[in-house]
Amino acid sequence: MSYLFNTPEQQQEMLRVCGVDSIEKLFSDQVPADLRLNRLLEMPPALSELELEAELTALAHKNGGASTRTCFLGGGAYDHFIPAAVDTIATRSEFYTAYTPYQAEASQGTLQAFFEYQTLICELTGMDVSNASLYEGGTSVTEAVSMALRSLHNRRRVVVLGSMHPEYREILVTHLQHLNCELVTIPTPAGTADVSKVKAALNDQTACLVVQQPNFFGCLESAAELMAAAKDAGALGIISFDPLSLGLLQRPGDYGADIAVAEGQSLGTPLQYGGPYLGILTCREALMRKMPGRLIGQTTDRLGKRCFVLNLQAREQHIKRDKATSNICTNQGLLALRATVYMSLLGPQGLREVSELACRKAHYAAEQLAQVAGLELMFAQPFFKEFTVRCKGGVEPILKRAAAAGFDIGPELSRFTWSDGETMSAGLLVAVTEKRTRADIDRLAQALAKSR
Amino acid sequence: MDRSQLKYAKTDEWVALEGDIATVGITDAAVQALTDLVYLALPTVGKQYNAGSPFGEVESVKAASDLYAPVSGEVIAVNTELPNNLDWLSTDAFGKGWIARFKVAPGATLDHLMDAKGYAAYWDTRAH
Amino acid sequence: MRNQQATQLLFELSKSGRRAARFPTADVPDRPLTDLIPAAQLAKSLPPLPEVTEPDVIRHFVNLSTLNMSVDTHFYPLGSCTMKYNPKRHERLAGLPGLVDLHPYQTPAASQGMLQFLYEMQQMLAEIAGLPGVSMQPAAGAQGELTALLVAAQYFRDRGEHRTKVIFPNSAHGTNPASAAIAGFECVQLNQSEGGYVSLPELQSQLNDQTAVFMITNPSTLGLFERRIQTIAKMVHDVGGLVYIDGANMNAILGITRPGDFGGDMMHYNVHKTFTGPHGAGGPGSGPIAVRDFLADYLPGPIVTRTQQPDGTAVYGLATPSKTIGRVRTFFGNVGILLRGYCYLKTLGAEGVKAVSDNAVLNANYLLQKLKHVLPVPQGERCMHEFVASAQKLKTEKGISAMDIAKRLLDYGFHAPTVYFPLVVPEALMMEPTETESKETLDAFAAAIEQIVTEDPERLHEAPFTGPASRPDDLKAGRNPILKWTAKV
Ligand SMILES: Cc1ncc(COP(=O)(O)O)c(C=O)c1O
Repeated sequence: MSYLFNTPEQQQEMLRVCGVDSIEKLFSDQVPADLRLNRLLEMPPALSELELEAELTALAHKNGGASTRTCFLGGGAYDHFIPAAVDTIATRSEFYTAYTPYQAEASQGTLQAFFEYQTLICELTGMDVSNASLYEGGTSVTEAVSMALRSLHNRRRVVVLGSMHPEYREILVTHLQHLNCELVTIPTPAGTADVSKVKAALNDQTACLVVQQPNFFGCLESAAELMAAAKDAGALGIISFDPLSLGLLQRPGDYGADIAVAEGQSLGTPLQYGGPYLGILTCREALMRKMPGRLIGQTTDRLGKRCFVLNLQAREQHIKRDKATSNICTNQGLLALRATVYMSLLGPQGLREVSELACRKAHYAAEQLAQVAGLELMFAQPFFKEFTVRCKGGVEPILKRAAAAGFDIGPELSRFTWSDGETMSAGLLVAVTEKRTRADIDRLAQALAKSR
Repeated sequence: MDRSQLKYAKTDEWVALEGDIATVGITDAAVQALTDLVYLALPTVGKQYNAGSPFGEVESVKAASDLYAPVSGEVIAVNTELPNNLDWLSTDAFGKGWIARFKVAPGATLDHLMDAKGYAAYWDTRAH
Repeated sequence: MRNQQATQLLFELSKSGRRAARFPTADVPDRPLTDLIPAAQLAKSLPPLPEVTEPDVIRHFVNLSTLNMSVDTHFYPLGSCTMKYNPKRHERLAGLPGLVDLHPYQTPAASQGMLQFLYEMQQMLAEIAGLPGVSMQPAAGAQGELTALLVAAQYFRDRGEHRTKVIFPNSAHGTNPASAAIAGFECVQLNQSEGGYVSLPELQSQLNDQTAVFMITNPSTLGLFERRIQTIAKMVHDVGGLVYIDGANMNAILGITRPGDFGGDMMHYNVHKTFTGPHGAGGPGSGPIAVRDFLADYLPGPIVTRTQQPDGTAVYGLATPSKTIGRVRTFFGNVGILLRGYCYLKTLGAEGVKAVSDNAVLNANYLLQKLKHVLPVPQGERCMHEFVASAQKLKTEKGISAMDIAKRLLDYGFHAPTVYFPLVVPEALMMEPTETESKETLDAFAAAIEQIVTEDPERLHEAPFTGPASRPDDLKAGRNPILKWTAKV
């Protein structure tokens, strides 16, 4: 059997110390006989490492991964470049085979790295405080909304925009439906919100306004005005941002967000079919004690040396139980570590380059695709690295032509559940990262232009 | 403040009543059970609380506890120096460690609270 | 031997003008940025990230890593966390092109291999649980709990029943009450126990038509198998409630007994624990849930389906259950961790899986026997895969606390057990050796504890002496929280 140590002789010796003659006796002493599973589990036969690798390789070959195809897929997960040094650090087993740093003295490596993560995220966003990770971008929005509801407990109205990632919105609905709250979605038929319509929806019952920037369609919202409108209504302004847009765009902290959250996948985490990714959550200092998740703090030890600890734990489930700020325990530490290394490698200049490349190439791609017969840009708004095209002859033929030529684009808007019941059937997202070349884009445009 | 003259809640708040003004704090025994305090959240002046509703919060490194209004009324003053001098909660719980003053709501009484003896007896029944 | 220079904070290593990553120049026509993005939206300056070189980054983080204890370097008997060996083949296989680079919105047709593995994983998790409906969406155990409680809430709502209460014993993990509260339930904690087992009279006194769910960890956080679990389940079912099994301790019962067979209606797995995730310095995890047939339609989507084609081949797809509670996260789940769990189960097979629990329970019982003379185990002579010892006696007699023992163990080269949990045992030391440790290691660990309790208590209060830090000042951290580095001005 794999990964076991004790020889039959040792097992006998250990059983003797336990005062029994078989392992079976250890169980029969404790688990009632009528509850025992008196057969083997029905499972596939055990495989050697060699056989397992052959099976997994065969499975992997049945998938169209981004390294064998050309990926223009977006919608919250992106094919950004990951420097090798990220993998070098994240595969250090001193990191990935450790757990939550409960014993500070045995975990200074983890604790310092996450303290650095918190600092880097604050520098990136201009916010005051960052926690040490949440599950992913969608649940981070829900956690931010819960924070707002906890902070302003008399207010039960939550306002979101129709341009938010529909899955983020669905997650919010799942969580809010059992609580006594009202969720209002402002339609965004023009691709971004009309600020005056949002203002009209904010009232003295509103706990928060949630804005995704750039939004799900790739477009840029009037984020600063929207945050100001939230503030005027006494509500908290929540931004869901794209970390790699901040080499170019204003930071949430610069334009007055109270809470800023993100999907951190683009900071050095591979696509891996949707997870594990990284939930980022930051806020203003005044909200610090309402935050969910782990927080690492700096202190000194018995000898006066700087060191790091889990801090403000009284917010968390292991202490506050049903009154905790969240139920999160295991978080996404290793992905936070990847983001830490990634941001260190990029620095301000590298970040700027990635942002700018993605933005410029996306605009080039939008121009090229808009010239393809049957395609047009769906929205006339400024965008960052992703945009929405309308396929006048339907999405299917376009997807087929792209796929046949080795390109993946999308997702198509019709696969989502929209708040207003619309199907958005003709819409298709196109995302362009720094990895795509002008030649890729030209070939994509040519492939789509081929008459059917 | 003479602790034998005070009234006590099961949730460890003490109350000193003068006229319709109630000064409220938490007992040093409760603070000790929480161990080293790191944080105190004060109520907002001008806010109304019903007896038994949470009006503030104390946190230690390893524990947290809500503070419950021992009487119904409006908060008219808070000890703004206390959050920066948390030691007062253990060294002078019934003096410099006061937390808030309430203007007791008309008709509200302290009848549901314990006297010093009752509280001492109640404390002993709890496992610490 | 610590490299003091490289383990300064990144920000202290920064020097203006240094850099690591460089990207190609743009190959698309150059245009003023303000043609692309409205000037008002453009940042006025760059985020003040540190400026370091690639060798700086590597030396910094590699040195930091050496300040950690980990499963690959040390015995790590952290109770309730199942810190078992993490097979290296999993890391290689999870990194295969086609798996690691697959976009979550890739079409099902171009994801058949991924979907096949996910489908087979669903099947294996259902079989091990004895519960047919599986959702692999939850990112960790806590999210599994919350998801299952939302399933229960929806189920009761559909039946027109207004049930508001979730009951759990006081030995429950903090995530249980926290999840119940977030799902909108009132929490009822049972405070008595009969030798570590649920007190049936107390449970009975709390059960009524308001009861939605009874949550229980089995084996419990005390390392005990709740023998009367079937009776308990019947009591809960008799008032119309559901039984939730917190599966954090599944490592004790794989192939031995199944939550679905002992009365559970819903459960979560912690793939990062039982199926050797790994733990990733705090995460990621994966917390799939398994439920009874009548709850399966409420699960969050997507789940994986399999259809047999006329030619015998199978086609895999994604589907959303008909009465779903809705999404609980984006995309599919923590697939990278599920993949490692899948590799693990495929390596072990049915006999290997049972051998895991056999040896986990043997190792724990052996360690219990070796230690009980120095550290009494209030809950007795036998345990499942872990046990909770108490330093209470040592504390009163010599002033040696659970924390002192935990800290001193680090000097001896062992990670500490879980301390001060569960809350119901004073001075608790919760030890879970796992099956992937040898008798020699357990003997050495027991010998270290025997030695420690003879040491000078005053000295123990200052342990550890050999690590990168000793007894951090938590009070200072809490009173004046410093949660990020700031430039000195
Ligand atoms: C008994 C028990 N229940 C629930 C959890 C929560 O699981 P997770 O940390 O995966 O969210 C844990 C683990 O930490 C646990 O030990």
